[in-house]
Amino acid sequence: MRQIHDIHGGIHPPERKELSRPGKVIDGPVPAQLILPLSQHIGAPASPIVAVGDHVLGGQMIAEAQGPVSVPVHAPNSGTVVAIESRAVPHASGMSDTCIVIELDGEDTWAPTSGIADWREHNRLELMNCVRQAGIAGLGGAGFPTAIKLASDRDQGIHTLIINGTECEPYISADDTVMQCYADEIVAGAEILAHIVGAETILLAVEDNKPDAAAAMTTAAMNCEMAEVVTFPTKYPSGGEKQLIEILLNAQVPSGGIPADIGVLCQNPSTAIAVLEAITLGKPLTTRITTVTGEALSDPGNRRVMLGTPIKDLLGQAGFDSTAGNRVIHGGPMMGFAVTDLNMPVVKITNCVLAPTADELPPPQPVQPCIRCGHCAEACPASLLPQQLYWYARAKDHEQLERHNLFDCIECGACAYVCPSHIPLVQYYRSAKSSIKDAQQEKVRSDNSRGRFEARQERLEREAAAKEVKRAARKAAAEARAASGEDPVQAAIERAKAKKAQQERVDS
Amino acid sequence: MLDLLMNSPILLALTAIVGMGVVFGSLLGFASVKFEVDGNPLSDQINSILPQTQCGQCGYPGCRPYAEAIADGDAINKCPPGGEDTIQALANLLDVEPEPLDAEHGTEKEPLVAFIREAECIGCTKCIQACPVDAILGAAKVMHTVIADECTGCDLCVEPCPVDCIDMVARKTGIRHWSWPLPNPHNSPLVIASDRPVGEAA
Amino acid sequence: MNLLRVSSPHIQGPNSSVEAVMKQVLLATIPGVLVMTYFFGPGTLINILVGGAMALAFEAWALWLRGRDYKTIIRDHSIIVTSTLLCIAIPPYAPWWLLLVGIGISVLLGKHAFGGLGYNPFNPAMVGYVVLLISFPLQMSSWTEPRGIGEVPGFVDAITALLMPTSYDAVTAATPLDLFRQNEGMMFSDLMSAHPEMMGTVAGVGWDWVNLAFLLGGIWLLRQRIFTWHAPVGMVGALALCAVIGFDNGSSTGGGSVLFHLFSGATMFGAFFIITDPVSSAVSNRGRLIFGALVGVLVYLIRVHGNYPDAVAFGVLIMNFAAPFIDQYTQPKVYGTRQETKE
Repeated sequence: MRQIHDIHGGIHPPERKELSRPGKVIDGPVPAQLILPLSQHIGAPASPIVAVGDHVLGGQMIAEAQGPVSVPVHAPNSGTVVAIESRAVPHASGMSDTCIVIELDGEDTWAPTSGIADWREHNRLELMNCVRQAGIAGLGGAGFPTAIKLASDRDQGIHTLIINGTECEPYISADDTVMQCYADEIVAGAEILAHIVGAETILLAVEDNKPDAAAAMTTAAMNCEMAEVVTFPTKYPSGGEKQLIEILLNAQVPSGGIPADIGVLCQNPSTAIAVLEAITLGKPLTTRITTVTGEALSDPGNRRVMLGTPIKDLLGQAGFDSTAGNRVIHGGPMMGFAVTDLNMPVVKITNCVLAPTADELPPPQPVQPCIRCGHCAEACPASLLPQQLYWYARAKDHEQLERHNLFDCIECGACAYVCPSHIPLVQYYRSAKSSIKDAQQEKVRSDNSRGRFEARQERLEREAAAKEVKRAARKAAAEARAASGEDPVQAAIERAKAKKAQQERVDS
Repeated sequence: MLDLLMNSPILLALTAIVGMGVVFGSLLGFASVKFEVDGNPLSDQINSILPQTQCGQCGYPGCRPYAEAIADGDAINKCPPGGEDTIQALANLLDVEPEPLDAEHGTEKEPLVAFIREAECIGCTKCIQACPVDAILGAAKVMHTVIADECTGCDLCVEPCPVDCIDMVARKTGIRHWSWPLPNPHNSPLVIASDRPVGEAA
Repeated sequence: MNLLRVSSPHIQGPNSSVEAVMKQVLLATIPGVLVMTYFFGPGTLINILVGGAMALAFEAWALWLRGRDYKTIIRDHSIIVTSTLLCIAIPPYAPWWLLLVGIGISVLLGKHAFGGLGYNPFNPAMVGYVVLLISFPLQMSSWTEPRGIGEVPGFVDAITALLMPTSYDAVTAATPLDLFRQNEGMMFSDLMSAHPEMMGTVAGVGWDWVNLAFLLGGIWLLRQRIFTWHAPVGMVGALALCAVIGFDNGSSTGGGSVLFHLFSGATMFGAFFIITDPVSSAVSNRGRLIFGALVGVLVYLIRVHGNYPDAVAFGVLIMNFAAPFIDQYTQPKVYGTRQETKE
């Protein structure tokens, strides 16, 4: 029985998971068009390799990765590319980005795939490349390119692989469903991942509010010697990878570092399945399980949905009553963002679409002044002082923000959840983080510009000095000639005559 | 003498205070000489805060002359490309009160870069000579183009262009440059879109 | 559908609002106020009601001067808490002008001059109290005889004392802490036998019950998680420790017993209602422990060696100065900054 530990702070919001009936996968809608953003992950957007009018097959790569931190995009089903243009994408800003729009032809024809049955014989670089070419990014919600994460090697290597089935956010039950229905695939995928990174232990982490999932995973783990299921008390945000590592291993990821620094790697259960399919079947990432929930729906549940399905179609299939609610949230209620245009598509990071009624998720209450009660500091899982960060963010005091470890904030929202004055703390921290990063980039730019300016000044001075030297030389030469009694005009006439004579000699 | 001091409390107090003043004063003087920090001259420090646009909107021919002027006591609120952040940083460095940007010298705009409409460029090199950071690529009778990464947005190239083919465009647009704004400073809930004051971007 | 764009999180916890917190604090003062009314008459209660009305008026005026929406802000009840705490601290039969000056200073100087709720570096009730104490020492030390010693004034007397102070025949008596301060060289036990009516069983007739009632109110607030245990335990613990160290079997120059210090004067009231004001105290839990402990030490020192009989107000104000300094050096260890390296 592995000993588990506790994190500092944390909150217990109402879970509301039964609303989405975990454990059952419903087939998602088949829309007329799929909208595939080129950027569904952290890193550089993919670059299209098809053109408008091309016919594509299911599973065909339609955009290739650009640079190391990038993943390709594949067509989820067969159809014709009708546009490559700017469309609304799921992003907190509500802005648009380039998307490939595919009009489905209903034929459901697929590109041929080939898997690697004997993956144990292959070296890790080949396997990582296979993962990358399959377009796999972290399906837990962050969307970090999985191949890069697998390559994050430090001197001591990775000794523990954690499959993060915590799913601590309220409402979301996608991982719960996946663990109940596909436990064997998760363990198989975890074995491949462990082989790639060289881990000796696989920990399958499940919170204790998911007994069915824990049971399914325990049964599946019996076939795998190095895998062990670990359950622990439910608390938000235990599912954050830094917090999970502290719970399972009593170790802290160094500030500013990544789990690989202490030899640990975390992956979402759905990502493990995606890796399994990519390597053994050669199947790229084209669908995901998304929790569609909220009281404004008459048929909530976990759906296997094609990437690129407009959220409108997904909500329509679930019986969405648009008059009942005042917002639709992409993600969970603690870390998701409200979406403004329901035409935007489901992407790789869409773990949940939440459509609450106005009573279920009331609009934010009026903001009152901070009374310095300190509840935020008690709730913070990173042991920060959210109150001080709030004051410094308002004052735009970058130095103090960094001294108070602003960049260790995981933006979980526990502080804003407990605040009696309803201050939108997380927004302050997000804004402050981008201000600081901006200022750093501007500093680099301005240092560079100063360098260029000074180089230019130097160049102009050099040229002016060289000109001066030449002018002085010409003047000296002219004076020398004058001093020797030479008449410069006569000398020029002589030179011209000599040249002309030479020219005549050459011509004849 | 001691008797005199002891019997006259005022004299005693005075002597004590003067004595302490002398002792502490000499301590401070010694410390200021012995522990003197060999830092940058002030104008270098100021120059490293200024945005290096070299645009001249402050009235000086470049950032270094303005930095030197500030070190001599000029106002710190004359730099529009630096904006409020620069004024704040200068105020912190010099320990003076930050003031709002002097509107006479311009207004704070979003970061801009120059863009040459190549179809209209005649290859006269006037813009190349004007650019303070050599960010324009080109030669006589050959196409000119702005290297956007090096351009500081000073717009000194716009004037000399005889065919007026240079535009100043926003540098940071699009989804990759968006960031959360600070919450509504008036501390009231911004609940529906029409609550937002007119003119503020989303 | 008017879709909202607000930052996550989209749900909020059960700790509903500033009003809810303030209301709970007011509820917790009720036992103490009732006991005070029992022992000293309705003066305190009347002060609280009149003072509350004055405080609301002052705050509305201050907010109007500052150009804020006073109608909504008033409803956060924070100024009622300030005025209630001040009215508990001042003698029950204070004249109306004492109340007016005290509340005015608390609201205007102690709170709104610094920016209103959440911005005051000093505890506003204590600011008002200290200004009154230093400016009007006579009125501020006119406590009445408690029930069991003398006649407890009635309702009519209370109104007279408030509105027509010159025609009110007050019967004032020293408090136990006054007697302790004015001790003319008697052993503590002799002091108690010489003034049995004042020194009572533990810490003064009436006063021990008052402190007990505020202690109960404070424990309820702790259970409600309005504040953490660090500041009150720090103060009570440090005060007790100082009393133990300074105790020399009750000699005439001694420090008084632990029970005497803990249950007389404003000790429990200060520990659970004054130093727990979150705005003016330290931020982190460790900081609050240190803050409370130093207040306890100061209270002991001023009571035993200083010039005033009770010292909670001064102790708190002095530590309010030090709170930012304490904050600087009691930051919690952030995740990921542990020195040890694991596996």
